[in-house]
Amino acid sequence: MDSLQQRSSTVQEPPGAVPAYRPTPPPAWQPRTDPAPLLPETEPLRVLGTDAVADADPALLLRLYAELVRGRRYNTQATALTKQGRLAVYPSTTGQEASEIAAALALEDRDWLFPSYRDTLAAVARGLDPVQALTLLRGDWHTGYDPREHRIAPLCTPLATQLPHAVGLAHAARLKGDDVVALAMVGDGGTSEGDFHEALNFAAVWQAPVVFLVQNNGFAISVPLAKQTAAPSLAHKAVGYGMPGRLVDGNDAVAVHQVLTEAVARARRGGGPTLVEAITYRIDAHTNADDATRYRAAGEVETWRAHDPILILERELTERGLLDEDGKRAAAEAAETMAADLRERMNADPVLDPMDLFSHVYAEQTAQLREQAAQLRAELEAEGEA
Amino acid sequence: MTTATTGPAADRTAAKAGKPKPATMAQALQRAMRDAMAEDPTVHVMGEDVGTLGGVFRVTDGLAKEFGEDRCTDTPLAEAGILGAAVGMAMYGLRPVVEMQFDAFAYPAFEQLISHVAKMRNRTRGAMPMPIVIRVPYGGGIGGVEHHSDSSEAYYTATPGLHVVTPATVEDAYGLLRAAIASDDPVVFLEPKRLYWSKSDWSPEAPTPVEPIGKAVVRRRGTGATLITYGPSVPVCLEAAEAAQAEGWDLEVVDLRSLVPFDDETVCASVRRTGRAVVVHESAGFGGPGAEIAARVTERCFHHLEAPVLRVAGFDIPYPPPMLERHHLPGVDRVLDAVARLQWEAGS
Repeated sequence: MDSLQQRSSTVQEPPGAVPAYRPTPPPAWQPRTDPAPLLPETEPLRVLGTDAVADADPALLLRLYAELVRGRRYNTQATALTKQGRLAVYPSTTGQEASEIAAALALEDRDWLFPSYRDTLAAVARGLDPVQALTLLRGDWHTGYDPREHRIAPLCTPLATQLPHAVGLAHAARLKGDDVVALAMVGDGGTSEGDFHEALNFAAVWQAPVVFLVQNNGFAISVPLAKQTAAPSLAHKAVGYGMPGRLVDGNDAVAVHQVLTEAVARARRGGGPTLVEAITYRIDAHTNADDATRYRAAGEVETWRAHDPILILERELTERGLLDEDGKRAAAEAAETMAADLRERMNADPVLDPMDLFSHVYAEQTAQLREQAAQLRAELEAEGEA
Repeated sequence: MTTATTGPAADRTAAKAGKPKPATMAQALQRAMRDAMAEDPTVHVMGEDVGTLGGVFRVTDGLAKEFGEDRCTDTPLAEAGILGAAVGMAMYGLRPVVEMQFDAFAYPAFEQLISHVAKMRNRTRGAMPMPIVIRVPYGGGIGGVEHHSDSSEAYYTATPGLHVVTPATVEDAYGLLRAAIASDDPVVFLEPKRLYWSKSDWSPEAPTPVEPIGKAVVRRRGTGATLITYGPSVPVCLEAAEAAQAEGWDLEVVDLRSLVPFDDETVCASVRRTGRAVVVHESAGFGGPGAEIAARVTERCFHHLEAPVLRVAGFDIPYPPPMLERHHLPGVDRVLDAVARLQWEAGS
């Protein structure tokens, strides 16, 4: 600094000349929020097996248990249907039923769910007909339900692309003065997609009433989390957008329900979006087309089996005297009834009308589609006559 | 487009004579959004710089001031996010009008456009229509640097579920945009950048009647050959037709206005009358709209044709630097050369 001053003092400025340029410090910059309250917990929140469980509502515990048992049975039944050729593919959520179901149950009827292709259980927990939830995977029409009727967006197969939709819908609802919250689900792999970033950024800037739930089940098909991100946790990503990140044990249904309920309430009262990471594990392979033994050790799967979401909830209920053998049997029977109904209805061959190919491309068929529809109709008539 | 008859001096002369001031295409587009927003509170305009600035081409000028920032919203700079959010807004019953600032900047939004905007009606069997307008300033001729001059229409027309329209006149800019906003289906609305400042005596006081999109129009009657064109190439073809008159060639010019749906009827009726056709557009010829149009015309009018259907298109190259773009863009001479190649005099 001294030498600079010395050097500049040696320069003789001619009288009347513009003074030499002196760099000025940039305008004072203030961080807009303190990142500390946005940072997630060091440890994922757990309620089951801790003192906090004493506060849990027994009715909620029993409801979660019945839904989890039903969800597990749904997973095994749907997986069996793939082996029988009744489903083209089924991405199982065995092992992650708690985060699927407890999250969906944190929503009110007027709220919206934006599921990924793996989130059939969340849709069913919201009251969707189990068969309607499977039409996409069966090869029947892509979405087997009216999204507006159930407030469930179509199950989304491209990764993370449904997240901006959730933001737009929540934003629109708020503009209309409705206190509607959108819950958007995504997997750990989906957090690498550009749409994840854009959705979180839009949500935070607009303070949209959205809750983002990342179900981190350890693998994006075969790629482990360590190869997906270098972030300390996926919940940490929230800080950069200016929203709180929450970390929860995804196999603890009570903890998931609690965190999601808080996030939904916060969004509903105008507090803006939250990013929740539920740490869970996919016990089955990615789908029936996948061989999980190629990328993970049996020992790892067994460790997670010991932390099974149904097992840890059942232990709690039993210790508190809320569940006995009769109760377990009743839950299992209810699940079996659902599975039998699902099996029977999925075994019926769906009858599709080929002319529907042209029915819903545009509000009004174009001349070109009318021509093509006539061609198909003629082909069908010729088939019928042959 | 500033000439002696349409420049500021002419405006002043017109004003003195009590005539309405000529309107530009940009003003007609702005008026279309303004009228739609005033009539229907579910119409929302959104995009980068559309609010306070009024858009980089000033097409959304004044909308935020008149309707508030909730109705005309400056979004974060993210095309996929803008269109993805518009999908969710449409799910909740709004009618978003989205601006993609420049043709080549719309590409990050393709996933949303193709996987969701175009397919949502179909995948929900009609339960969830997508009444979204995606406004894309497109095409060259304004000296724009790289990524500011693409003619991207072929990508859109290849996607079932989208309507694709493009105005060539100030009147159509208003009428087509009103129709696009009123449509229950998604419309990719391609705005020819170099026509933004073209003018006409169109007056917002006597708005263009709004008809459903999908109809081509004959801009010039002729008997010798049909020039089939759209958007920025329409003025080029009209100029070529005037020049051809001197050669004794009487050309008809069809302005498609809508690429999807395609108006086979108007196009084929014209070609059957004239027996010869040239398709003219700026975008690359290979796999471009001209290929589709030539095939359709050939399939439907083969016995009326005196010559093969020719195409005058941009070269099959990435959009060139501004100093070379005049060699790439189909101009009057190239159109006239094609007309000559139609073997004008039988046996020559």
